[in-house]
Amino acid sequence: MNKKIQLYIGLTSAFLLLPLVVQSDYYLHLIIISLMWVVIGSSWNLLAGYTGQVSFGHAIFFGTGAYTSGILWTKLSISPFWGMLCGGFTAMIIALFVGWICFRLKGPYFALATLAGGEIIRLVATNWESLTEGMVGILILQNFRSKLPYYYIILLIAGLCIFCIDRVMHSKWGYYFISIRENQDAAESIGINTSLYKNVSLQISAFFTGSAGAFYMNYMGFIDPEVVFSLHYISIMAILVGIVGGVATILGPAVGAFVMVGIQETFRSSFFGLGPKWISQAHALVFGLLVIFVIMFMANGIVGDWSKIKKLYDKIFLYFHNKEGKEPVDSLMDSR
Amino acid sequence: MVLLELKNVSKNFGGLQALNNVSFHVKQGEVFGLIGPNGSGKTTLFNCINQFFPVSNGQIEFMGKSILKLKPYHICRLGIARTFQIVKPLSRMTVLENIIASTFCHTRKMDQARHEAEEILHFCGLSVYKDQLSKGLPIGGRKRLEIARALATKPKLLLLDETAAGLNPSELEEAILLIQKIKENGVTILVVEHIMRFILTISDRIHAISFGQTIAQGAPDEVINDQKVINAYLGEQYAGA
Repeated sequence: MNKKIQLYIGLTSAFLLLPLVVQSDYYLHLIIISLMWVVIGSSWNLLAGYTGQVSFGHAIFFGTGAYTSGILWTKLSISPFWGMLCGGFTAMIIALFVGWICFRLKGPYFALATLAGGEIIRLVATNWESLTEGMVGILILQNFRSKLPYYYIILLIAGLCIFCIDRVMHSKWGYYFISIRENQDAAESIGINTSLYKNVSLQISAFFTGSAGAFYMNYMGFIDPEVVFSLHYISIMAILVGIVGGVATILGPAVGAFVMVGIQETFRSSFFGLGPKWISQAHALVFGLLVIFVIMFMANGIVGDWSKIKKLYDKIFLYFHNKEGKEPVDSLMDSR
Repeated sequence: MVLLELKNVSKNFGGLQALNNVSFHVKQGEVFGLIGPNGSGKTTLFNCINQFFPVSNGQIEFMGKSILKLKPYHICRLGIARTFQIVKPLSRMTVLENIIASTFCHTRKMDQARHEAEEILHFCGLSVYKDQLSKGLPIGGRKRLEIARALATKPKLLLLDETAAGLNPSELEEAILLIQKIKENGVTILVVEHIMRFILTISDRIHAISFGQTIAQGAPDEVINDQKVINAYLGEQYAGA
C-alpha cells in the first residue's frame, strides 16, 4: 500500500516536472498525445477489462466529445474550453442510448453492436452537414500557441481519470464490476443489478473518453468524422492500448498508451527519418504483429505480465553474464 | 409461519412441460427437501423461484407477497439466496473477494463488508483458502464457496442446488454439519439433492417430483417408502421390491 502511494507520488511529480526536461515541441506533442491515449485506454479498460463488456466503439464517445466542443464554438460561439467540460457529459448522454441498446447483448454480440454503433454515428456525423459541417470538418483557432498549457490540462484529465478508476475499483462498485465480468448469473444471484452497474461503468468510461475527445478538438484545432469517429484510429487503438499495456490493471493502459504512441510514431516517421521511407506504410502491419505477439506470449499485457518480463530479463542478463563469466575459464584453458 | 409458497406453478419451454402444477410451501426454520429423478424439473423450479425464468402459470409468494415479475437481484435483496448446481465461482477473484462482493448486498461500508466476509469464511471453513483465486479451489471448496457466497447476502431462505454432488464421504459429513449449523442460525433451507443419505439426514419434510409433477410429500420416511417415488426412481418392474 505504502509502496503504491510512493509510486503514484513519484509518477505525479515526474510528470509535473517533465516539461523542464523536454524542451522540444515535437516530443512534448508526443507526450500530450500519449497522455490523451492514457485517458482513452484507461476508460476502455474500465468497461472492457474490469466490467467485461468489450467495446469496439469507443470512438462514439471520443467523437461526441470532440464534436461537442467544436459545435459549441461554431454554432454558439462558446469557448471550446467550456466544451472540455461539456464533452464528457454529452458523451454520457450518448452512452445512455448505447447502453440501453447494446447491453441487451452479451459477450461478442455486445462488441459487434458497439462496432456497428460507431459506424452509424460516423455516418450520421458525415451526413448531418447542417450541424457538423460533414466532411469539411470543424476548424478552430487554438487558444494557446505554446503546448505547455495543453500538457498540464491533459495531465490533469489523465491524473483524474486514473485516480477515479483506482478509487472506483477499490469500492463496492469495483467488486460489482468484476463480479459482472466473471459471471453475470452469479452476480445477479448475489443481488447485483447487472444492467444498472454495466451502465454505471459505461457512463464513467464515456465521460473520460468524451473529455479526451473535447481535449483533442482544443489541442489539434481540426476534426472531421473520418478522424474522430474512426474505427481504426480510435476504437481499435483504444483496444490495442488496453491489451498491450495490460487488461484489468490500473496502470496497464497508461503504459500501453506510451508504448503504442511510441511505436506508431517510430513507424510513421520511418524510424525518425533514419529508416527507408516505405516503413511508414508498415505501421498497421506492425500493430497486427504486436497484437499477435502480446496475445501469444503475454496475454495479460506489459503490466499484467510484469513478473514474467522481469524473469525473462533476468534470464537474458544471467545468460550474458555467464558468457562473460566463462571467458576467464576459457582463457585459462588456452593458457594450458 | 409460511415463508415461501408455490401455487400451481407451471413452466413450459416451447412444447416441453418442465413443471406442471407444482404446489408446496416452506415453513420458516425448516429444511425442506426436494427430490426427483434426473430431468424432473428441480433446477427449473429453482430458476423459477429466483426469477431466472418467468413462470408460465401459477403464483410464487415469499412472506405473503408475490415475487413474480421481480428481477433476480431483487429476489436476492428480499432474502432468497441460491447456489448453483454447476458452480459459478467468480474465478479471477480471491475467495475473500467473492464473499465481499456478496456482502455488499446489505452494506455499503468496505470495512464492515470485509469483516463480515471473514466471519462467513470462518463459519464455512474456508479461511485457509482466503487469498487463493477461486478457480483454483477443489470441487468441495467451490461448493462451500457457493454456500458462503449465498450466506453472505444474509438470506432468510437459502436455496441449495445439489451442494453434495461430487463430494467424497468425509466432505459429505462436513456438508451435513454445515447445513445443520446454518439451520441453527435460523435460516430456512430449501434443498435439492440426489444423495438420499444426505437429504434424509437433513430434511424435516420432503417433496418429490417426477416429470414436473408432484408425486409425494411428507416426512422423509413416508416419502421414500411411497410407491410412486420408488416407481419413479427405479422403474415399474421394481415396484414390488
